Amino acid sequence: MKGKVRKPFNKVRLKNQFLNLVTNPFNMIVFITLIVLFCLIVIPLFQMIASTFTLAKSETRRVAQPVGSFTLYYWKYMLTGTLSAATFWIPLKNSVMIGLFTVLVSLPLGSVLAWLVVRSDIPGKKLIGTLIVIPYMIPSWCKAISWLSVFRNARSGSLGLLAGMGIPIPDWLAYGPIAIVLCMSMHYYAFAYINVSSALRSINSELEEMGEICGATKPQILARITLPLVLPSILSSIIMTLSKSIGAYGVAANLGTRIGFYTLATKMKVFINDAPQGVGYAMSLVLIGIAALIIYSNQKLIGVRKSYATIGGKGGRSNDMKLGKAKVPLMIFIVVFLFVAMVMPMFVLIMETFQVTTGNGYGLNNLTLYNWIGTVDQAQTYTSYPGIFRNEKFLAAFWNTIKLTAIGSIITAICGQFLGYISTRGRGKWYGQLTEQLVFIPFLMPGVAFSAMYFAMFSVPHLGGLIPSLYGTFGMILITTVVKHFPFASRSGTSNMMQISTELEEAATLNGAGFWRRMQKIVLPLAKNGFISGFMLTFISVAKELDLIIIMMTPKTETLSYLAFTYSQDGLNQMADAISVFTLLFIVVCYVVAGRFGADLGKSW
Amino acid sequence: MSKVELKHIDKFYGEAHVLKDLNLTIEDGDFMTLLGPSGCGKTTTLRIISGLERPQNGVMLIDGVEMINAENAYYADPAKRGLNLVFQSYALWPHMTVHDNIAFGLKIQKLPKDEVDRRVRESLKMMRIEQYDGRYPNELSGGQQQRVAIARAVASNPKLLLLDEPLSNLDARLRIDMRSELQRLHRQLGTTIIYVTHDQTEALTMSTKIALYRAGELAQVATPMELYMNPCNLEAADFIGNPRINFLEGKAVYENGKLHVKTNIGEHDFDKSLMTDQEIPNGEFDVVVAVRPEQITFADATKPGAFPVKIYANQPAGSETLISLQAGESTFIAKAIGLVHYEIDQDVYIYIDPDKMNVYDAKSTNLIKRAVI
Repeated sequence: MKGKVRKPFNKVRLKNQFLNLVTNPFNMIVFITLIVLFCLIVIPLFQMIASTFTLAKSETRRVAQPVGSFTLYYWKYMLTGTLSAATFWIPLKNSVMIGLFTVLVSLPLGSVLAWLVVRSDIPGKKLIGTLIVIPYMIPSWCKAISWLSVFRNARSGSLGLLAGMGIPIPDWLAYGPIAIVLCMSMHYYAFAYINVSSALRSINSELEEMGEICGATKPQILARITLPLVLPSILSSIIMTLSKSIGAYGVAANLGTRIGFYTLATKMKVFINDAPQGVGYAMSLVLIGIAALIIYSNQKLIGVRKSYATIGGKGGRSNDMKLGKAKVPLMIFIVVFLFVAMVMPMFVLIMETFQVTTGNGYGLNNLTLYNWIGTVDQAQTYTSYPGIFRNEKFLAAFWNTIKLTAIGSIITAICGQFLGYISTRGRGKWYGQLTEQLVFIPFLMPGVAFSAMYFAMFSVPHLGGLIPSLYGTFGMILITTVVKHFPFASRSGTSNMMQISTELEEAATLNGAGFWRRMQKIVLPLAKNGFISGFMLTFISVAKELDLIIIMMTPKTETLSYLAFTYSQDGLNQMADAISVFTLLFIVVCYVVAGRFGADLGKSW
Repeated sequence: MSKVELKHIDKFYGEAHVLKDLNLTIEDGDFMTLLGPSGCGKTTTLRIISGLERPQNGVMLIDGVEMINAENAYYADPAKRGLNLVFQSYALWPHMTVHDNIAFGLKIQKLPKDEVDRRVRESLKMMRIEQYDGRYPNELSGGQQQRVAIARAVASNPKLLLLDEPLSNLDARLRIDMRSELQRLHRQLGTTIIYVTHDQTEALTMSTKIALYRAGELAQVATPMELYMNPCNLEAADFIGNPRINFLEGKAVYENGKLHVKTNIGEHDFDKSLMTDQEIPNGEFDVVVAVRPEQITFADATKPGAFPVKIYANQPAGSETLISLQAGESTFIAKAIGLVHYEIDQDVYIYIDPDKMNVYDAKSTNLIKRAVI
């Protein structure tokens, strides 16, 4: 009986096995990739975990142990210390609450809009469909700034639109949880919209028509047939929204901290910047844990159901549902939604950049170009900054943003294609799976928590100075950005590589082409288009980034998003607005260019 | 031109044992078809020969040169085996013109430019697609792409040409055209061809030899005629032939150098000279008699050996007519050329030449009496 038995030792075989392994460049690339991924993802994570158990110098005053010794001080401080309610439990509660309410608002909103656009006979579907995804292109921190331009009250020094019109805006509306939830919902409803609408499109309308033939009414069809079929996509939208909003930083910080409302993410930043950093790292571990838990429970939940997410196949022709009498109210709902969520805040935001005093109306005497191109001596208010186009800080930030975005997304996109190549060619093999799993880890981590991890890792020298301290360098921000976008880039790389059949490569192998020549002549030319669209999508999401890089910002490395954020915090509202508007224009241009290359915008973050 | 020898090849995918101790020799100049249902290991065999897949056990020689020695973990580079492969999907590089597709391998061999051009032209001419030289694959029809794929494979003058279900993506008419094309190609090139298919018509019409697979093992290796006339066991008999072969259950005794068989279509004696070397059970034992539909002829009641049956159904289809017959408990199908008409339940006489019957041992399922070819 010949079987899969271990063969006895044989010198020639050993030599050949070794040669097979090292003379194949693919093996070497896999090997190097795995090592790099291990160093960039696994080690930092363990480093951060370790640092929550290791006593740092700053705490030696309070703990009578030598620096570097094992300690539970940070975890105790966070979980059971005298201040634990204020430092951990209340922010935790706030985070979870904000996550849940954001889901509660954004999910029904996104799903209903999706159903209306895909399935109903609402007029102007195409236009509505385009307009609906626009708010999603706007970075969430821009939304917070435009929220402020409408709702700001006297607490922030200058008034917003409504307070300026004499409408009293209480703090609980202008700032804090309600503002945060609404701002985030205006962002994350797009998850539900994109997921549910693509699920609805894939449902064959024959499934619904069969229900009709069986005598079901429209509400019955909706409840018993359509809804269960899109349930998996609804569930996954819930999970995405929840895990994103719980760890979100920018919105929560800009709208929360000024009234002392903290979430876990904003509190964590406080600790990392100031006192016991170990506590901050412990908090980010909690954030990572929560996000990981949510996503894995999703996979368990959806895993069984996934199978019928694709049932119905092509969809084919589908008959729109007649809305009847509900048509007019629903039209009004959409128009109001688009106006409130997009037109008005954008208008107010843009107008505010031209105002001398915010909240003081749009009279000619209150309009100025100062915020854009003014010089310091023209200043009519107390600000000591010139208009943004003359502001060196702005120009430096713009340059930094371009630099980070361009270099970061090129590197990310290239790595993404490589990772995608390895995971598709290694599908079902151990290294393919390992690569996929390692690359997936950054996806589990909220942006702030991820950068906290890199902060813990690279702000001190390692290996006796072989890896120097990267604190405050562009390199550190770059590497954080690149690795955090790995999951996204490698997904686009994978789908790109899936389209290049292995047989195309095998055919080249049989014709005598080695690995490098196959790459150069076959894989690269065919991967080009997918690469460009993957690159553009990464570019946009890096340009929007705030959460991920905020911890690492130093005056030398500031980006546009960070500058807008700090100006807004410092009460330089028109400046913050002007930067936001500028960034928005930049991003819109990117989207248009990306669209030209056929990038699927629904796949961006 | 080359001879391929596969010895004791084992292939596992994880726990799945896909090829089980496979031994197969393909003679120089053969058109060898690997035939079997999907998942039986024929494509795996092809990929092992080509070098795209590495077996865990076994040895492969091409023209006596060792190409695979699993014991020593030695696997020759695919490009160094002197072969080329036509993929089922054609695997034409979509970003290259027809010319560049064909020239790719030649350029890698660093042939001078005019030699490359000459060879490309030659193989295009051979496949009669010279006019498509500058087109991209997506500007060609399926049949034309197929020709380009073959042209690309033969351009490098391989000693061994491998084809993996090349006709399965073509429509029925093109398939017949390509079958004759491939047959001529084999004659013209004189190369050894190994051809994988699940379509028995392709196997029977083109090959000089067929290797019939069954779940990772070889059931039978024979010429098309031999495989059709004398399938080695019931399963092989059932797989080969369309419409299916008829099986009639019966009893048999082997006495005095004669096999005496009794079925619902009468009693027959078969001479020892027609027996295979399979072991014959003692005493009376169960047998299955297999008869090809075209061996059943309609006859006069007076003809010796004619047997009365009833017409069960009649299916005229232009060039041929299938007639279902009933004899006792057994139903079976006869095939007549042209349009023939019988009434349902009509009584007729049929004649079957005993020489053309196959007899199988019902227990071991092996062939014990051969048909005369």
